[in-house]
Amino acid sequence: MKADPAGVLAGAHYLDGDFACGEGAMAAGCRFVGGYPITPSTEVVERMSRRFPMMGGIFIQMEDELASMAAVVGASWTGTKSMTVTSGPGFSLMMENIGLGAMMETPCVVVNVQRGGPSTGLPTMVGQADVMQARWGSHGDYELIALSPQSPQEAFDLTITAFNLSEIYRVPVMFMLDECVGHMTEKVVIPKAEDIEIVPRRLTKKPPGEFFPYRVNGNSVPEFARAGDGYRFHTTGLTHDERGYPVMSADCQEVCVKRLLDKINDNADDIIMLEEEDIDGADVVVIAFGITARVARMGIELAAKKGIKIGFIRMITLWPFPEKRIRELAGKIKAFVVPEINYGQMVLEVERCAGGKAATVSVPHGGGGVHDPDVIRDAIVGAAK
Amino acid sequence: MSRTEIRITGFGGQGVVLSGYIIGRACAINGGKHATMIQSFGPEARGSACSATLTVSDTMVLYPYIRRPDIFVVMSADGYATYRDEMKDDGILVHEANLVHPEPKKGQSVFGVPSTRIAESLGRPIVQNIAMMGFFAAVTELASREEMRNAVKDSVPPGTEELNLKAFDAGVAYFDDEYGQAAMKKTKAAAAAK
Repeated sequence: MKADPAGVLAGAHYLDGDFACGEGAMAAGCRFVGGYPITPSTEVVERMSRRFPMMGGIFIQMEDELASMAAVVGASWTGTKSMTVTSGPGFSLMMENIGLGAMMETPCVVVNVQRGGPSTGLPTMVGQADVMQARWGSHGDYELIALSPQSPQEAFDLTITAFNLSEIYRVPVMFMLDECVGHMTEKVVIPKAEDIEIVPRRLTKKPPGEFFPYRVNGNSVPEFARAGDGYRFHTTGLTHDERGYPVMSADCQEVCVKRLLDKINDNADDIIMLEEEDIDGADVVVIAFGITARVARMGIELAAKKGIKIGFIRMITLWPFPEKRIRELAGKIKAFVVPEINYGQMVLEVERCAGGKAATVSVPHGGGGVHDPDVIRDAIVGAAK
Repeated sequence: MSRTEIRITGFGGQGVVLSGYIIGRACAINGGKHATMIQSFGPEARGSACSATLTVSDTMVLYPYIRRPDIFVVMSADGYATYRDEMKDDGILVHEANLVHPEPKKGQSVFGVPSTRIAESLGRPIVQNIAMMGFFAAVTELASREEMRNAVKDSVPPGTEELNLKAFDAGVAYFDDEYGQAAMKKTKAAAAAK
């Protein structure tokens, strides 16, 4: 369906990534935010709390991040598109209820504007060191989706995608901005509402009594019934059967949890978004995301002057990981070069998928700034030897 | 001119960030270029040093931070002292004439404007930065005067447009009066030679 015009500020704007993310959420139909302010993410909710009254949205400043995430899960069960916004320390506190959201199959978006860590780290400075946490932060086995924008324009566009994916697969979607993109101001074009495609909640048409909240018929994602619509049902973080009631058995665990993994893994090809440049005939392929994808292109330009054939993959989707594509390329190239603003996280996945068929070179940066393009150039030159 | 780096500095409350926003908006929205603004983000309070940087390019800005600004806009002596050394050897300095007394290197062009006095003469010192933007537009021609003027109109709080545009025009007029056509041609020639 098309976006609600009330949430769409159509036109060309000069916005920072945080504001653009907030505008994307409102355009996507988000009408509830529960959050606790934290630098460098606060501008997202500042923007939304100012504009929400004009479209019937509600922002609640919660007492902390545990409560924020709990409120988001609860709000989503009323059928309201819901989101929370935070940075590293708050992201850590949200992990338990992100797991609850995954287990209850709750559509929602969690925005993390990453700063340098660990702990309170570098509040006002960039980091990309929460990307493994986005995948593995909560306990147990589950799969979810994580996206990474490289510009304010993408902070707008991909926030809409994040909401749409959360509705299609009924998962919390991690929206992994970094401080640099969040606080960078650039041109952002917001289309008209009729040009924005949004995915509504897939509500059941079955009458109460015939509806099972976790029954799937051929589809790997169950239909939804909103709290308050007259359906009497149970939902829980405990391992549950298709009625949503707890069943403590290995058999039920297999059915319940396996489907949480399958619904993402089986659809990975549809979910994964990559931007590829000059891959054919490349000796070295650089893989990057977020602000580092932009800086990496500068490193590539510098290295290309030395006659090296360099391909580039920008990961727009971080999770699920583009496993298949990396495996395909590993047999054809000399090396992958992976710059990221952490001491080597996504490079571990690249190395795993390369399986020894191509060298894997980590280009770490501890945070607080972006890579010097010369350092990326040198890594490419070294990898090409 | 594929990449132009700009630093704007002053003290908190002078409208440093809004100035960066106006230049960025003029270039990116009205001028069809790419313009990336980064505001320094630290524990600054009103009255202390404040800074914003911009990178303007014909293509996507890949590296968002500046290294050595081509254009340095200074509204306070503190800001000048902090950042003077990073300016390019052939850079352009645009400064508040009564608050900043620059000591440029040979090769650096210097343009001063009494933007605070101009704003006071309009009855509202708060529009000092907008007078500076008028002067900036005339000096640098990074965006056209019209593109900059429209960016001012679209960036200031509703109801204050008239006053702000007056300040902008006064800044432009100061340049035309004090530096004139001949000086402008010289600057353009120097910029083209880079």
